[in-house]
Amino acid sequence: MKKSIILFFLILSPIKALALIEVDITRGNLDPLPIAVSPLSIDETSKKGFEKILNKKNIGSEISKVVENNLKTSGLFNPLNKDAFLQAPDIANLKPRFEDWSLIKAQALITGKVNLVDEKLRVEFRLWDVLAGREMMALAFTTVPSNWRRVGHIITDKVYERLTGEKGYFDTRIIYVAEEGPKTRRVKKLAIMDQDGANNKFLTLGNELVLTPRFNPTSQMVTYLSYFRNLPRVYLLDIETGMQEVVGDFPGMTFAPRFSPDGKKIIMSFAKDGNSDIYTMDLENRIVEKITNHPSIDTSPSYSPDGKYICFNSDRSGYQQIYIMKSDGTKVKRISFGKGLYGTPVWSPRGDLIAFTKLHKGKFYIGVMRTDGSGERLLTENFYQEAPSWSPNGRVLIFYRETETNDKGEGFSAKLWSIDLTGYNERLVSTPTDASDPSWSSLLSN
Amino acid sequence: MKKFSYRNIDQGAIMKLYKILKNAFLISLACLVLSACATSKKTGQMQGDVYTGKETVEYLASGVPDRVFFATNESVLTTASRETLRKQAAWLRKNSKITVVLEGHADERGTREYNLALGERRANAAKDYLMTYGISSDRISVLSYGKERPVDSGSNPLAWSKNRRSVTVKAN
Repeated sequence: MKKSIILFFLILSPIKALALIEVDITRGNLDPLPIAVSPLSIDETSKKGFEKILNKKNIGSEISKVVENNLKTSGLFNPLNKDAFLQAPDIANLKPRFEDWSLIKAQALITGKVNLVDEKLRVEFRLWDVLAGREMMALAFTTVPSNWRRVGHIITDKVYERLTGEKGYFDTRIIYVAEEGPKTRRVKKLAIMDQDGANNKFLTLGNELVLTPRFNPTSQMVTYLSYFRNLPRVYLLDIETGMQEVVGDFPGMTFAPRFSPDGKKIIMSFAKDGNSDIYTMDLENRIVEKITNHPSIDTSPSYSPDGKYICFNSDRSGYQQIYIMKSDGTKVKRISFGKGLYGTPVWSPRGDLIAFTKLHKGKFYIGVMRTDGSGERLLTENFYQEAPSWSPNGRVLIFYRETETNDKGEGFSAKLWSIDLTGYNERLVSTPTDASDPSWSSLLSN
Repeated sequence: MKKFSYRNIDQGAIMKLYKILKNAFLISLACLVLSACATSKKTGQMQGDVYTGKETVEYLASGVPDRVFFATNESVLTTASRETLRKQAAWLRKNSKITVVLEGHADERGTREYNLALGERRANAAKDYLMTYGISSDRISVLSYGKERPVDSGSNPLAWSKNRRSVTVKAN
């Protein structure tokens, strides 16, 4: 018994000592890790094959560009300029000459190989610790060629996980509302894209106003608000089949929908006679339950990841504040007590934080607080911004921002932005049109 | 056990402190009165922050304005709003075949979901008032647009005041 423990220790300690590269994501990272992403090597036959199927000259370097871009936007890595690479991709993948890579200050190196095997895309990649001079990870997978961008995202997720110790968020999608037209008559459509903005697709035509789409846990279904026939109601949409249905049979406006963490229920507000309360509907047996019962406005409900609690927005104190309660509606407790108004609470997938929008002295903030309301931290201030949505690993928030118009009412725009939980790495998420109400999917692989 | 330690303090000092506090209180009271005056003062087309102009108002019939305006975050009907709604009620009583939709709106300075609820609350405030003047609820439906359909695209208090509204729209 004693022997095995010692053995265990002996194996563990050298690994710890050798793990020179580690990325700390709990603090703002002002010194991103220099990483070299060597283009994935590819043989001539495969190259020609993929060119025919995908119309891409060199799929190996295309995939590595996806990886590089992901690493860069994470703010934690600094992908080095390829012009400085001394070693050819195919040889580097066999055995990197670590002196060459450390010469250009790379601390980590990604190499790999792409093959066309039976009309399938086969990819292997390796992550190397340049300073320690050893391999940290080697993985291979096979998929249909059209999935090549996802391959790049999965590689990034694996590298991110290996170097930060936490799951990635790159093989994910964003559903949002695409906007066009004048501010007084905006045309809005549901749209979906990969997390990096690729593969943008519109899901509705813009004939009716649509708002606040949100994914279910498997990211196959979306719940949203549609003004179809001028009756604002919560709808359910299957992304793959395009099938839509109205949720429940309410004699008035239903809005602010979200899924429960198990995906079995939709929680939303129902407004009647000037009073909005929170309801749930079970998607299997269609049973509707009233969760809050108060003459004030109760809206923007969001479940805790274990499904036991709900945070929501209420003006029962006179103004918009954040409250939590048990999922059956009991034990209601106000948690926001700072100066200003608080809205759009969203429970973090890690369970420990609630993200929110705050309005104070004419400025809008995106912030986070602990689930008991303590530790409030404002991440970003702007003229107008709201509706944060968490990345599946709980490290990044995506939200939308609107601009102030000039004296003539011109210059309006709405865009998606992301920011790290640390308050660093604020970035514009580019979309083909104006955009609002983003919702981040779960990881598609796993 | 020194619970009442203030007994040891010089009485004069306490009186001085009392006077300072009293003066501070009077000054802050004066400030309050002043700011109250400032907010209720009529500036151009606004009373407080409720729009009072006619720029965006349309007419259901001669002398019957179609909309009422609200203060920020409020759904309380002002005196002017009640007057407008009484005119609408009289017109609806005369034209008993007409049904209406009350469209409730909010300004852009609030979160989308809360504003949907707020628009619904505003339209219902107007609906309730029409009902007390004899209009049957089955002639009135309510539709909230939240902040989705502003009439003025400006980013200033006057534009926002025009957008905080409930509009009575003929449905047939």
